[in-house]
Amino acid sequence: FYLTPPQVNSILKANEYSFKVPEFDGKNVSSVLGFDSNQLPANAPIEDRRSAATCLQTRGMLLGVFDGHAGCACAQAVSERLFYYIAVSLLPHETLLEIENAVESGRALLPILQWHKHPNDYFSKEASKLYFNSLRTYWQELIDLNSGETTDVKEALINAFKRLDNDISLEAQVGDTNSFLNYLVLRVAFSGATACVAHVDGVDLHVANTGDSRAMLGVQEEDGSWSAVNLSYDHNAQNEHEVERVKMEHPKSEEKSLVKQDRLLGLLMPFRAFGDVKFKWSIELQKRVIESGPDQLNDNEYTKFIPPNYHTPPYLTAEPEVIHHKLRPQDKFLVLATDGLWETMHRQDVARIVGEYLTGVHHQQPIAVGGYKVTLGQMHGLLTERRARISSVFEDQNAATHLIRHAVGNNEFGTVDHERLSKMLSLPEELARMYRDDITIIVVQFNSHVI
Amino acid sequence: AAGMFLRLLSDVRWRAANPKWRRTTCSRRSTSSTAEPHAVFLPAQAQVVICGGGIMGTSVAYHLSKMGWKDIVLLEQGRLAAGTTRFCAGIVSTARQVSIELKMADYSNKLYQQLEQETGVKTGYTKTGSISLAQTQDRLISLRRIASSLNVMGIPCEIITPKQVAQLHPLINIHDLVGAMYVPEDALVSPANVSLALATAASWNGVQIHERTSVSHVSVQKGRVTGVETDRGQIQCQYFVNCAGQWAYELGHSGEEPVNIPLHACEHFYLLTHPLKEPLASDLPTIVDPDGRIYIRNWQGGILSGGFEKNPKPLFTEGRNQLEIQNLQEDWDHFEPLLSALLRRMPDLEALQIMQLVNCPESFTPDMRCIMGESPTVRGYFVLAGMNSAGISYGGGAGKYLAEWMVNGYPSENVWPLDMKRFGTLQSSRTFLRHRVMEVMPLMCDLKVPRWDFQTGRQLRTSPLYDRLDAQGARWMEKHGFERVKYFVPPGKDLLDLDQSKTFYKPDWFDIVGSEVKCCKEAVCVIDMSSFTKFEISSTGDQALESLQYLFSNDLDVPVGHVVHTGMLNEKGGYENDCSIARLSKRSFFMISPTDQQVHCWAWLKNRLPDDSNLTMEDVTWKYTALNLIGPRAVDVLSELSYVPVTPEHFPSLFCKEMSVGYANGIRVMSITHTGEPGFMLYIPIEYALHVYNEVMNMGQKYGIRNAGYYALRSLRIEKFFAFWGQDLDAFTTPMECGREFQVKLEKGTQFVGQEALLEQKQNGVYKRFTMFILEDHDTDMDLWPWWGEPIFRNGRYVGKTTSSAYSYTLERHVCLGFVQHFDEKTGEELVVTTDFINQGEYEIDIAGQRFQAKAKLYPFSSLSTHRRRKDEVELSGYQRE
Repeated sequence: FYLTPPQVNSILKANEYSFKVPEFDGKNVSSVLGFDSNQLPANAPIEDRRSAATCLQTRGMLLGVFDGHAGCACAQAVSERLFYYIAVSLLPHETLLEIENAVESGRALLPILQWHKHPNDYFSKEASKLYFNSLRTYWQELIDLNSGETTDVKEALINAFKRLDNDISLEAQVGDTNSFLNYLVLRVAFSGATACVAHVDGVDLHVANTGDSRAMLGVQEEDGSWSAVNLSYDHNAQNEHEVERVKMEHPKSEEKSLVKQDRLLGLLMPFRAFGDVKFKWSIELQKRVIESGPDQLNDNEYTKFIPPNYHTPPYLTAEPEVIHHKLRPQDKFLVLATDGLWETMHRQDVARIVGEYLTGVHHQQPIAVGGYKVTLGQMHGLLTERRARISSVFEDQNAATHLIRHAVGNNEFGTVDHERLSKMLSLPEELARMYRDDITIIVVQFNSHVI
Repeated sequence: AAGMFLRLLSDVRWRAANPKWRRTTCSRRSTSSTAEPHAVFLPAQAQVVICGGGIMGTSVAYHLSKMGWKDIVLLEQGRLAAGTTRFCAGIVSTARQVSIELKMADYSNKLYQQLEQETGVKTGYTKTGSISLAQTQDRLISLRRIASSLNVMGIPCEIITPKQVAQLHPLINIHDLVGAMYVPEDALVSPANVSLALATAASWNGVQIHERTSVSHVSVQKGRVTGVETDRGQIQCQYFVNCAGQWAYELGHSGEEPVNIPLHACEHFYLLTHPLKEPLASDLPTIVDPDGRIYIRNWQGGILSGGFEKNPKPLFTEGRNQLEIQNLQEDWDHFEPLLSALLRRMPDLEALQIMQLVNCPESFTPDMRCIMGESPTVRGYFVLAGMNSAGISYGGGAGKYLAEWMVNGYPSENVWPLDMKRFGTLQSSRTFLRHRVMEVMPLMCDLKVPRWDFQTGRQLRTSPLYDRLDAQGARWMEKHGFERVKYFVPPGKDLLDLDQSKTFYKPDWFDIVGSEVKCCKEAVCVIDMSSFTKFEISSTGDQALESLQYLFSNDLDVPVGHVVHTGMLNEKGGYENDCSIARLSKRSFFMISPTDQQVHCWAWLKNRLPDDSNLTMEDVTWKYTALNLIGPRAVDVLSELSYVPVTPEHFPSLFCKEMSVGYANGIRVMSITHTGEPGFMLYIPIEYALHVYNEVMNMGQKYGIRNAGYYALRSLRIEKFFAFWGQDLDAFTTPMECGREFQVKLEKGTQFVGQEALLEQKQNGVYKRFTMFILEDHDTDMDLWPWWGEPIFRNGRYVGKTTSSAYSYTLERHVCLGFVQHFDEKTGEELVVTTDFINQGEYEIDIAGQRFQAKAKLYPFSSLSTHRRRKDEVELSGYQRE
């Protein structure tokens, strides 16, 4: 069984999406030129989600990738809701008032976000009313709190993350009279999701990260080469600070059981996440909610299972770490991706592949023979290979697709091997997850003319 | 100067001994131009200043000095032979398509061969021979055509099998070959040293050579060269020769009076390798693999291989740019297709070690032919440049022809295909040149089939009817920038794609043109012929008539309203132009010439008309749209539109009347069609063009009118034995030689240019004779079609070449036109060609090596002439011009 190159391409391109920031008077005054995004499923259905939106009442653009686990419900909810929470957190008092008054008097609402969605990215219609009510409660509280100070982006991001996770938890505890919704909010709360979100406003780039997805800045050095700068820290067992933090939050007696086999309580890979109430609620609360919940929940072994050594919850938080970066002219692009990418590729390679892709093949380093001993045959081989690389670039109109092609198809020489690509993409559903994870990538290109 | 030259010669030997001279001199060149003091002062004046010390400049200096011109200064901005000349591949190849190019290459080869003996400079001349490979049958046909013309020129050449190729060259992979052409006398040279040898000989003859001297501009007064301005001072001179290679365009535009030299540089790459383990023999033949787009020659035991890629990189579009010059680096990715072709041709070279990839810019011209001759705007300003990467092959011959041109007034051969006057200012746009050379460079290797049109730089000059005709299915070709219709594709009929339509056999438009011809014969057709060059010459008194009587061979003192076909002859009686002149009034004349005469004819007349403010000449080409109404029903259409009787009784052939057509007044109607068919030419002021066209088409409907194109016209004129200037007629053909004595009035009472030569020919007879050939055993569907340039054999012996050919739909045979000569069987001396000689021979035409029987005729078929002529033309049978 073998996939032809067009078949491979149609699989790779099925979820690709590109957005170009519109120009006015032939000029793009935004610091963002646009972004490419794509995702390749390994799970069926895919558990990753992605979101992108422009803030309409404040300046700035929001982009995020969300990696779900134990189902996709939580990732889906976060991908729909988180940006509203962030946008609301950033809104000045007057705008919040205006919005509240509009809702109160049944007038048309000021739009808050303009979404940039692939047709496959869906919003849950059934839950929209519930989600809206929770959000409204949030902004009403913000109005009441009116601090009078200008909103700090970092703080807004942290508040939004925490508030959404809190709402997810509360909605599950309260339940809903509609049985479908009731089951939905429970699934959201009992599954989990990491989130890595970037907020770009002019030269101010904030990355808020919860979990083990990653943000990386592509920097072009003076000599034209590419290097990577991390804009997030992974929240997992490989991060010493993170292990330290978890240990600090719990009694010394639990030190040994907290992190086992590089997992939180021996179970969870990310050390921070949305949802996952099994790691947040007390045992009593978990039991009560499950018992009063629908039968499907009761029949689910996973949800009923209480983590071992579960003494002093919560063990998990959705609070993000926020990194602020002032964009410089050499900062050319930002890659947000779930761990599916980072498991297969080193960030340095990611920087180089995307950098070369975005600047075009004509910037491919020319070959010079110089004083070396090169035979015609060797040169021919080298050139053919370079041409193949160029042709794979021409096949992709999307930097994220190009990156996925490399992530899945790279051979030991760092070039795309079609045979390998074909094999990896034709794995049966049940095997796919063993060889690769869901991959979701957003590549944001910055506007050097503005920065 | 002598001292400087000694240093130069020692330099040559040093360079030859040191393999690294290339790089060393390069760096020296870039740093030392100001450091070294100039020991020798420039002369204040000279007869000739040549700019450019490459192969062209030194060849011109060499030949001028050989012909006795001694007062010559050659200026080179850097070092002699340091530009394209030094970096080019050094292949002398005579396998050329155009016969004048073939002659130049042949002469160059012979010149270089004896140059070392003459000058003592080692030129590296090695007779290696060359093998041109064919991967396809079509390619083999094109090689066979070249082989035919080489053979009749006395240049040894044979078509060989792939097996024979393998015997001649040990490394070649022959499995994909269908055949090849072997030219054993082709050679290799060291280009720089050939150039230095020519310079050496020239300096012995008194030519002064100054290096590191750049020309900033040429001074012109009253349309003549008066001197040059250099960075080391002024030189007054009578003649300037621009041999500045890829800088020739810029230099031409640097003066107040611009000289248009339409050429543009492209990067050109070739590869040098280290020697093979068993170094290649220095006399191993050069390989040209046009289907792989590469050439391969032996080089110091290794190979040198380059080619002409499909995606050339033009450069210096915005003029000279220091940055770009320094950036001319090896571009291996660009070279990859050529390297693949090389390894496919010679797989054993895989292990061969690379020495260098050389990037050597070459200049290309809009039509793949070089640019030679005197500027039409500045007298004494000569040009030799734009060699399309064949500079070494052409260098000797081109220099010789230009020197002859300067010394004798014209070269010893017809060089019109190379004459810079074939171009005008319209080909000098940088955008046009950039686009065109990107098409031209790949063409070096593309198959050259008959009736091929350039695809870039189109739709520049168009008739006002262009859109109307295009919407009706017109297919276009271009002449001198003007779009002309080839034929009209009827609705619902599709032709092949451009690439697939390339053929040496029956073309896909055969039936389409056939039906247009039929309509011309039986009903009426309209052909837009607006591209023709149109001049008006008038005066206050008799000056116009007097001048034209002197410049034209026919008698122009005819009643007002008459049209006269006449040659514009040179001193030797040869056709500089062939035109129709209408006498509009006692004092004004309307002259119609072929499209590509616009620059040449203008310059010729300007230089010869008296400087008299009462005599004016105006180029009115753009003012008139010309419609040719051809066919027996043309008379009906025109009379219905004008309410004027235009039957032959009232409007006989060769008359011109101003009349109204439809609502439009002032239309010049001439009873000529350039085909021998009945009909009219309508010269319409352009604002009326659409109106008149619409009226003609509406009125013509009931007479079966339709559009037709030039292919139909061509078939009609060739079957009628009409010669066409630029194709059949040239500066070396006299009216006597093509049966047009009746257009020469030796006794017209006034002297005219060429009169003496014609008188002499009349007494002594002619040495060539324009003849019409009807192919007898040629199968139109199955056999290769003739084109032009096919050798003609009489009783098995070569007697000349064809100049044009077409299928005659009336005769249902192919007709070739060409010139027959008479060579003495023993001495090869040219003898007088008599009517008997023509009539008493068995003829064959050689098409790509295959000979077809042909019937020779000196007069057209009378059955084809149907319409009534003016009285004085009747007895002279029907020679007209197109």
